[in-house]
Amino acid sequence: MTGMRTIFEKIWAEHQVADLGGGTELLLVDRVLLHERTGGVALESLAAAGRKVMAPGQVFATMDHVVDTLPGRGDRTIMPTGTAFITATRAAARAAGITLFDLGDPRQGIVHVISPEQGIVLPGLTLVCPDSHTCSQGALGALAWGIGSTEAEHALATATLRVRRPRTMRVTVNGRLAQGVTPKDLALHILARHGAGGAKGYVVEYAGEAVRALSVEGRLTLCNLATEFAAFTAIIAPDDVVFDYLQGRPYAPEGARWDQAVAAWRQLYSDDGAVFDRAITIDAGAVAPMITWGNSPQHAIPLDQPVPAFQDVADHNTREAYDRALSYMAVTPGAPLVGLPIDAAFIGSCTNSRVEDLRRAAALLRGRKVAAGVRAICVPGSSRVKAAAEAEGLDRVFLDAGFEWREAGCSMCFFAGGESFGHRQRVVTSTNRNFESRQGPETRSHLASPETVAASAVAGRLADPRLLEV
Amino acid sequence: MTPFTTLTAIAAPLVRPNIDTDAIIPSREMTSVSKKGLAGGLFAGWRYTAVGGRDPDPDFVLNNPVYRGAAILLAGENFGCGSSREHAAWALAEYGFRAILAPSFNPIFRGNCVRNGIVPVELPTVAITWIASTVAEAPRTRLVTVDLRQQMVTAPDGGTHPFSIEPEAREMLLHGLDAIDLTLLRRAEIQAKRQADKERRPWVYL
Repeated sequence: MTGMRTIFEKIWAEHQVADLGGGTELLLVDRVLLHERTGGVALESLAAAGRKVMAPGQVFATMDHVVDTLPGRGDRTIMPTGTAFITATRAAARAAGITLFDLGDPRQGIVHVISPEQGIVLPGLTLVCPDSHTCSQGALGALAWGIGSTEAEHALATATLRVRRPRTMRVTVNGRLAQGVTPKDLALHILARHGAGGAKGYVVEYAGEAVRALSVEGRLTLCNLATEFAAFTAIIAPDDVVFDYLQGRPYAPEGARWDQAVAAWRQLYSDDGAVFDRAITIDAGAVAPMITWGNSPQHAIPLDQPVPAFQDVADHNTREAYDRALSYMAVTPGAPLVGLPIDAAFIGSCTNSRVEDLRRAAALLRGRKVAAGVRAICVPGSSRVKAAAEAEGLDRVFLDAGFEWREAGCSMCFFAGGESFGHRQRVVTSTNRNFESRQGPETRSHLASPETVAASAVAGRLADPRLLEV
Repeated sequence: MTPFTTLTAIAAPLVRPNIDTDAIIPSREMTSVSKKGLAGGLFAGWRYTAVGGRDPDPDFVLNNPVYRGAAILLAGENFGCGSSREHAAWALAEYGFRAILAPSFNPIFRGNCVRNGIVPVELPTVAITWIASTVAEAPRTRLVTVDLRQQMVTAPDGGTHPFSIEPEAREMLLHGLDAIDLTLLRRAEIQAKRQADKERRPWVYL
């Protein structure tokens, strides 16, 4: 025993209620977040079993997964049965006495966007949500992970979860990201190198100079893709960047309590000499703007590289899966992706829909037009992001360029609001999953940064944003 | 939850890596605020000829009559990756699957299986491929056995494949336990911990 501990071990120990044996422990859960697709069913099922929410003050719900994002929206969605999700979640949230950020509330938005905005997630907290991208919130130094609806019922009823302790993995990103290289590119670079199963069983701590240099929003994007890495979750040790971000947020502590909290949060780092079960390093200088060619986020390549031959990706693919992805995406090994004509461009989702994302995309769109025949859509991650962007005039930039400017929600990252892209359309998207038919029937989704989406929308083809002058 | 001790059943092969929960049940098939009524949407994108349709695609494995009644699924690595939607586990369970054999599972999906009476069995890729090949010649008679008590899979050729599963999950599955009931036996312990924690970290408690 060295006594040296990782940040994960510190948070875990602080939350331990009981050792249940066989590697499973009972942990206190400090925050439960819900949305109308998986949360409503959890609340209803809990009530049907005659159980109560143990700590309703620490539970928050929002509408993002089923509501549509069209201007003037209401409880009705294009998905015929969508209204039931919205009204059921609203009724169940009221009955349970939890806080709901409903439609029309200026605090409404994608759950992982609004939680940091409202100061709901704080360093050192345990936070769960029946949503795989809950790992995003590790960006603020919390232990935040995605669960199923039944586990959410458990967290609601007991303010705890029975959790199998994950192993620890540190990903150190040395050096600095080059100009024009974003946190999204870094995340895709890591996935391409280490595979979509690369962090299975691990809680990943992102560390190193390049990570320290990221804003809170950039860290949220990096941690967001930890679920695509099969990680239990991701976490980044909190620092002044996080404390400055959180101070004054509605649910963050105030006054003397703030000082007390920050003093505790300053202890949340991995001690020198703390032992990780696995450690890898990444050279930030080697990261280029990335784009995916296939149907797994690990199918990512630098924008200026051709679609790889099988032997160059074989570590993480079977031949059958590789061939299937090529055929589905209608791409050719050895041929560049840049230049492929696109049907649509999408900026949004819990990955890349915050105000910094929109600013960087808008900088490329200012004075330019979306190419003829391309459908371009921008969906701010929260109503607050939307208002902030409008205060800066970003909405005008998107609209003048020919983008649709939407209300906040998950939107066409998948089928939210009942909307999707057309059959076999090629879409460049700032989202997180390029799975078969996720964004529409047999749609061909290319994951990339908001900059690459913006540049491609203008070109009408997959394009490198570094070639556009700002 | 139905207890699981041992099962001998038809095994259907879908041995492909990274089968995601969007593929297991597409968003458009999750049409009600319910854990039920999802079996028809299972693998809808592959199982039917058209989006939203119900005409079976004869090329999809579960539409092959020899696999009718399959209760064991043979799958590839990182099975259940992607969205946390428990609807994937609910749909598989309602369709009739009680065990999934794969080299690895997405962690959230794996937890969802355990809470819905589906045994996630991790076996090496070579074992899965071998079992699939021994089943293939006569799936309806060459059955696979999953014995959770012994933590052993027996292939139709008599070959045995031991697997490991954490004690907590095994107990839950063997006895069909409800985790909330178990945890609430510790209510006093939880309250005491919360009370002490509130003194130390008052900002956490809203």
